[in-house]
Amino acid sequence: MGAGHTQLLYHCSDSPVHRLPPEVKIAAMVAFTLAVVATPREALWAFGGYAVLVVAVAAVARVRPGWLLRRSLIELPFVLFAFALPFLGAGERTELLGLSVSVDGLYGAWNILAKGTLGVLASLLLAATTTTRDLIIGLDRLRCPQLLTQIATFMLRYLEVLVGEARRMRVARLSRGDDPRFVWQLRGFATGVGALFLRAYERGERVYLAMLSRGYTGRMPQVWQGAEAATVGQWLAASTVPAVAAGVAATALVLT
Amino acid sequence: MENLAMHISNGIINGPVAAIFAVIALAAMALCVQRGRQHLDDRLAPMAGLVAAFIFAVQMINFPIFTAGVSGHLLGGALAALLVGPWVGALCVAVVLTVQALVFGDGGVAMLGLNITNLAIVGTAAAYLLIVALLRVLPRTPAGLAVTAFVSALVSVVAAALGFVLQYQLGGAVDLGDNIAGLAGTIAGTHLLIGIGEGLITAMTVLTVAKTRPDLVYALRARGPVASTPIPAVGGAR
Repeated sequence: MGAGHTQLLYHCSDSPVHRLPPEVKIAAMVAFTLAVVATPREALWAFGGYAVLVVAVAAVARVRPGWLLRRSLIELPFVLFAFALPFLGAGERTELLGLSVSVDGLYGAWNILAKGTLGVLASLLLAATTTTRDLIIGLDRLRCPQLLTQIATFMLRYLEVLVGEARRMRVARLSRGDDPRFVWQLRGFATGVGALFLRAYERGERVYLAMLSRGYTGRMPQVWQGAEAATVGQWLAASTVPAVAAGVAATALVLT
Repeated sequence: MENLAMHISNGIINGPVAAIFAVIALAAMALCVQRGRQHLDDRLAPMAGLVAAFIFAVQMINFPIFTAGVSGHLLGGALAALLVGPWVGALCVAVVLTVQALVFGDGGVAMLGLNITNLAIVGTAAAYLLIVALLRVLPRTPAGLAVTAFVSALVSVVAAALGFVLQYQLGGAVDLGDNIAGLAGTIAGTHLLIGIGEGLITAMTVLTVAKTRPDLVYALRARGPVASTPIPAVGGAR
């Protein structure tokens, strides 16, 4: 298992954003998202401003726009929900393209579309510039309880094992004449799932004991060694984006 | 495999309600961390990580409900409660949700409190209460365990989904008026189907684990091993 550990969404590159310490990026991303969510939905211009910020960060981080757009399809179910809202909403109604729609519903749909998309893009930018290992280190430095970072560490460590094992078992089923389609694939999946779990657990237990015997105490060495923690300059550099976003949000709140 | 979100994304529920639920979630998580610390020993630590990884992985596998349109994925609250107990189980689900929100954008970061309340707290708590009650009532056989797992998983999924309906009523982006009942019906109906799938998979997984490594099933630890009679194929259509 020495090679081939692909990072979930990480884009290996060397950019100013990639070089920032993870805790700084996490804090900036969360602050940016909160500013976006706090913005009143009637302030249409503010969301344009946020989009410019996202594009600017993506350009500095050298993340391809195509990749961002493809991955942001994740919010599709809620977009569909958003499109239903103008027809379901109560209250004042208006005419749009010959259809009677609710004004409130229209704003609600826009709200979900704009805030949801900006949030997804912000997380994708974080994921593209931060390895999962760094993510855990960042959470730990942000004083996340050790119990949680420990669970998260093991989760990310075992994920690849589980997915690989599941893929092998699926290929094995296919080559024995199984035809995984529609609901019937559930049976094959369900009967194999227990075996998959046990196999992964027994491997994971060995990994854990090996880690313990090599001095693992529940935290990554980078954290307790205090190496590469963020400097004041890095905090300031990363805070520009959420600061601008907060400014936009405050202006929008005052104006509407 | 297309990865579709089912968690609440930014903008669906308004800020104040999201903030209230963030506080609720934070308080509940603090309690879970406190209680979970007493349980997390050398056996439970890798198990908790694996349960979290497992939930993460099965949430990526979507299964179609109707061939067109609706697809759902599993939640895993009942599985976590059965295998690692309610405290660590809720933490596992919460960790999954946090990582998904941070790096996948699956569920908005600002809505994390709502998602954790629904899936990690309501889902796991409903499942665990049912598990405790059913294990006491049902015979201590593999069939009893399978029924327990199935029912608790089914109910936990529907309970978590209804948590969303309640939150939507408190602070939805759009006032749906009387349509809220329709929303509740649609969501409960869809999640009933998802719950059946979840129940089957939870029952199969827990049965297999209980059969070979009963020491790993938290819910069975206090009550002794399941009688090792031949395992009927409960929960899995054969």
